[in-house]
Amino acid sequence: MTQEELLSKLKTIITPYVQNEKALGELNEETDFIKDLEINSANLVDVALDVEDEFDIEIDNEAMEKMLTVGASVSIIEQKLAEK
Amino acid sequence: MKNRRVVITGLGVVSPNGTNISDFRNAIQKGSSGIRYIEELNNLNFSCQIAGKPIYESSYLNNYFNKLQLRGLNASGMEYGVIAGIDAWKDAGLEINKNETPLWDAGIIFGTGILGVDKFREAIYKVDEGQVRRLGSTTVIQTMASGISAFLGGILGCGNIVTTNSSACSTGTEAVLLAYERIKNEQAEIILAGSTSDSGPYVWGGFDAMRILPYKYNNDPVSASRPMSASASGFVPGSGAGALVIESLSSAQKRGATIYAEILGGHINSGGQRNEGSMTAPNSEAVQRCIIKAIQDAKIQPNDIDAINGHLTATSKDSLEIKNWCTALNRKKKDFPYINSLKSLTGHCLAASGSIESVATVLQIKEGFIFGNINSEDLHPDIVAMVDREKIPEKTIDFSPNIIAKASFGFGDVNACIIFKKY
Repeated sequence: MTQEELLSKLKTIITPYVQNEKALGELNEETDFIKDLEINSANLVDVALDVEDEFDIEIDNEAMEKMLTVGASVSIIEQKLAEK
Repeated sequence: MKNRRVVITGLGVVSPNGTNISDFRNAIQKGSSGIRYIEELNNLNFSCQIAGKPIYESSYLNNYFNKLQLRGLNASGMEYGVIAGIDAWKDAGLEINKNETPLWDAGIIFGTGILGVDKFREAIYKVDEGQVRRLGSTTVIQTMASGISAFLGGILGCGNIVTTNSSACSTGTEAVLLAYERIKNEQAEIILAGSTSDSGPYVWGGFDAMRILPYKYNNDPVSASRPMSASASGFVPGSGAGALVIESLSSAQKRGATIYAEILGGHINSGGQRNEGSMTAPNSEAVQRCIIKAIQDAKIQPNDIDAINGHLTATSKDSLEIKNWCTALNRKKKDFPYINSLKSLTGHCLAASGSIESVATVLQIKEGFIFGNINSEDLHPDIVAMVDREKIPEKTIDFSPNIIAKASFGFGDVNACIIFKKY
């Protein structure tokens, strides 16, 4: 999977939780889920579960704590995919 | 004690026989039952395979919940309560607060017996499979009892009391009275009051196990709920939600709101499970006292009551309830007020019954009718001995009640009675 494909899948996953649509249009590696996209912090756990389902990987607590930006999430997903 | 006038300015309902006010009003006027055969209950070996369950398309929810709120939503009581609550709010001419400042003078008192049982079942399976980490963020907010008031409070942006009361089958009536008292005491201007009850086998199963539901009407659901009838054989389980916007008269007048009725007063008490009272049976002294205290609180006389909307579930206790009304009011036979029970049309909507029935009561006052009691053609002889047949209409009658007393009684030996008056 290319990083572009991965990013596109991640965008689809986070879209329903995003409250700032404008920031979604300007998505980049630095984009912060809570500060920029205004995702409710309680929903970060749902994002992690959706990521697990989409990529068939397991996001442990430690990994989830780091999944706060688009870039961090992409590298965690890549890492978990590589470990499979 | 402060003492200002309190009125009702908005109504919403999700009932087995009508999921909005206009359909519900038509249904109670025509005597249309919402009780149906439920295949699922048959599959699960229930004795009673009929129930009152509101019917609507799932797409209807898009009018009330956003996409995110709908994700993983598996709590029927939450659906009913949010629909009824928002409908009542809009019916009152109020808008959804889009500002960052909460409405400090507006609150929510929305009761339930248990919320989100289907969601809870989902969670229990996951937990038992060692999959607690897969529950997601929605389990708590859909299964906490106050999930319904919290949801409504968030959607509407209320900044006054936002809470959920629970007193079994008197929950809805209690919610209205708690709202009334808070407004009367000048602690709030507007409160969305109501109650909701989930549907489904996990709510109704416990009652089936108690053998207090009718089991001989699975082929004839419409005839099953028979309040005050000699052939009453138990209550039909129901579900849904009712909602009423309770408001100070001054606030309602300032807004130019439509006023449905006034709340003159009421009373809440318990029989303490003493004398013949128990967890499941009423202490008659407490029931009578509740009615008498409500009348005193409303500053009216027993003879001022034109009609009663009873609790009357269609069990052997109906005759006792009528006796308690007769004693409390010191009225009988043709001097007795008109009396009806909504449960003949909806079943017993449990925690939601008091609010749905309060909506029906207020509609009767506003529009001048007394809805009929279907399935009461064979009145119980004990009731015939106390109340004239004409006071228990089988079909809806054209009569404009000035004052209606509405009472609900619940497990735990708890009672609530409200006095509504035409405005």
